[in-house]
Amino acid sequence: MSATTLLAIVLILCLFGYLWGRGNAAALKRSGQGMHSIPAYHGYFVALTCGIPAFILVLVWLAAESTIVDQIIIAGLPAHITDGVEVSRMSLILSEIKSIAGGRIFGTPDPALLEAAERYNSLRGMASLAMVVITMAVAIAAMVFASTRLSAEFRARNRVDGILRWALIVCSIIAVLTTLGIILSLVIESLAFFNRVPFFEFLFGMEWSPQIAMRADQVASSGAFGAVPVFWGTIFISAIAIFVALPVGLFSAIYLVEYANKRVRSFVKPLLEILAGIPTIVYGFFAILTVAPFIRDLGMSMGLSVASNSALAAGGVMGIMLIPFISSFADDAISAVPQSMRDGAYALGATKAETIRQVLLPAALPGIVGGVLLAVSRAIGETMIVVMAAGLMAKLTANPLEGVTTVTVQIVTLLIGDTEFDSPKTLAAFGLGLVLFTSTLALNVIALQVVKRYRERYE
Amino acid sequence: MSDTTEQTGGAKRNVWYDPDARLKKRHAADMRLRAYGIAAIIFALGMLATLIGTILITAAPAVTQTMVTFEVEVPEGSVDPDNPSGASYQTMLNASIARIFPDVDTPRERRELRQLFSNGGQYQLRDQILADPSVIGGTVSIAFPLSDIGDQLHKGVIDRNLPPDFRRVSDTQIGWYDVLVERGQISAPLNWGLIFNADSRFPELAGLKGALVGSFYALLICFLISFPVGIAAAVYLEEFAPKNRLTDLIEVNINNLAAVPSIVFGLLGLAVFLNFFGMPRSAPVVGGLVLSLMTLPTIIIATRAALKAVPPSIREAAIGVGASKMQTVGHHVLPLAMPGILTGTIIGLAQALGETAPLLLIGMNAFITAAPDSMFNPSTALPTQIYIWADSPERGFTSRTSAAIIVLLGFLITMNAIAIYMRKRFERKW
Repeated sequence: MSATTLLAIVLILCLFGYLWGRGNAAALKRSGQGMHSIPAYHGYFVALTCGIPAFILVLVWLAAESTIVDQIIIAGLPAHITDGVEVSRMSLILSEIKSIAGGRIFGTPDPALLEAAERYNSLRGMASLAMVVITMAVAIAAMVFASTRLSAEFRARNRVDGILRWALIVCSIIAVLTTLGIILSLVIESLAFFNRVPFFEFLFGMEWSPQIAMRADQVASSGAFGAVPVFWGTIFISAIAIFVALPVGLFSAIYLVEYANKRVRSFVKPLLEILAGIPTIVYGFFAILTVAPFIRDLGMSMGLSVASNSALAAGGVMGIMLIPFISSFADDAISAVPQSMRDGAYALGATKAETIRQVLLPAALPGIVGGVLLAVSRAIGETMIVVMAAGLMAKLTANPLEGVTTVTVQIVTLLIGDTEFDSPKTLAAFGLGLVLFTSTLALNVIALQVVKRYRERYE
Repeated sequence: MSDTTEQTGGAKRNVWYDPDARLKKRHAADMRLRAYGIAAIIFALGMLATLIGTILITAAPAVTQTMVTFEVEVPEGSVDPDNPSGASYQTMLNASIARIFPDVDTPRERRELRQLFSNGGQYQLRDQILADPSVIGGTVSIAFPLSDIGDQLHKGVIDRNLPPDFRRVSDTQIGWYDVLVERGQISAPLNWGLIFNADSRFPELAGLKGALVGSFYALLICFLISFPVGIAAAVYLEEFAPKNRLTDLIEVNINNLAAVPSIVFGLLGLAVFLNFFGMPRSAPVVGGLVLSLMTLPTIIIATRAALKAVPPSIREAAIGVGASKMQTVGHHVLPLAMPGILTGTIIGLAQALGETAPLLLIGMNAFITAAPDSMFNPSTALPTQIYIWADSPERGFTSRTSAAIIVLLGFLITMNAIAIYMRKRFERKW
């Protein structure tokens, strides 16, 4: 029986519990006792006490079952297989056992493995049977227990409200758990990485060639994990993107807030927002299909040599993506400047441009800076455009016509198609991820602070 | 004459004494700023137009698929309906092709001829015979795709006037193609295969079915998790939470989570769901889980805004007639906030649909030639399929990538249009 059917059965049990509890309470009511809560709440109480433990049990079981079964199988393997075997080899043996258990036998496996596969199948069968039996037992026991508590004085509504409130708290803690999960997984894998590659070598090394470390028996198998060229590429491409997005976004925001009439504004603003709604994969394809060839042809006609994955193409397209981001932040910031400041400037005889340059922009500056910082954090974390349009080779160059690589590109190329969790190559991706996470987090915190303080000033 | 000397002399002496010139300069500065603004908007909108335009233009060839029709003889006894995989459908197909081109006999020429037709013809022949076994012993008419080069030739993407070394089709192949056109065996119907086929290495056979099913499953999981959890979290924070350290922490957390790069969520999925919990790689269920964690902050923020917009008088009235806090929220506040919540949810799901990077990390870029049967089977999703096709060297994939992008954008536009409609339709001013 699959977990889905089991959950469906639990749901049906809940419904039954609801009807039962309500029925009992209704009978109490008919017998003329003064009820504290209406019968439906008694029903809810029984349903929740029956359903929640069963539901949690199924989830925990599903999460833990495969790991526990694996451990039992490994513990049961004869010594000649497990002796002196590394973790990675062990997982290979396990997957072989599982594929034998699934009926896909290649060659003539070790009889011990065949036996283990048989044991695996019987364990899995036992486990799923046990899950069904235990879950149903828990659900029914909880239901019976709940129904014994029903009485006229029982404060069912308060109890149900209390249970629901706890459920709400748990749901809002999921967001914290997500952050915790991100931090823990990044830190744990990064620590494993820094065990092999010294922390400072990673942070300040000038050589990045992780692909060398693919096989252990290869010459120079350690690879080189100096991430400075990767960081440089990220900063370089982000700078190009901001260089494109900042003037375009800022000027269009100024025009839309201060010059454009209502009709133009209501027409242009949604169109700009479309740019923000287009998935980044589309921008990436646009970069390799149109922008990169265009830049290459343009450079060739001027006698320059342009790489097909030039930083200019990737950064430029990323800049287009960031235009609505900066323009909407600048728009908000300029609109938030009190009208009295404009009126004051006009009363002194200033033109619109003078008002904007000398009054509005300085006043709106913190908001704009906050928006730009958020845009920078977006640019650093942006993945698909650079995966498709930027280079793979880590190069320290300030020539925008050459290809550079970024943190996100390296994470993707290091992890695509590789599941091994103990080679420095895959672990390096988590080291890069940690750097990416901390730097974007710092930018976001600073940006939100700046924007918040600015808002307080005019409220 | 005296006029001009006075003016130039005045301007040179001190600009303060010529208000007209200075005013002109100031107005010119004003016009310049306005022009910069217009130029910026034109640049941004021009880029948007270029993007959409190039995608539409490159997608155009993928609207139709060039097909070739053959009458294939199916000799008695060549196919055993009980054991259909034993028959050689390619041989039957080759025989009917050879009847039209009897003078093709060297192995090299035969190979060149075969290059003109899709490899999928034999499977289509098999399916057609199995669907209607009565044709065994007679002939069956099948229409199947030309190969990538044949398709490109028909659509004019390959220029036949180029010298032979500069195009991927030889002169003999063009000759055969012309014969087929003359005999009326070439047609170019609408390319339904793009939607209803699964992925393939051959562009003429590749379709989006697997990606659409995978994206559907992933979005379903994403919705089932992030919608209830997001509403519950927002209700707690907005209606119940006391002002304390823990709630502050949760609030800061949600705001920052909304700005974490999507690829970091991919790393989380890889380390926690795949590595720690041992969930299946490339499965839409894992993709949906990762996407739901990403969508959660969007839905929470939208729900809180919608809850804030419900006036306190509603709550006070409900509490005044004896409702509990939970009843007030469940019976009155949430239903009134629902349009806003749904709008935010749809926008969040639209973002999740276009998200690529986290799905790449959990392996949803695998090459899979069948649509997944369940959400636990390996599959691709719409954006990862676009990524795979964009990476493929065959010329035919370029137009198919663009067509897939249009499908994706179509979904996004529909979802956003629904969200805007709902906002307009149910928006309520208190």
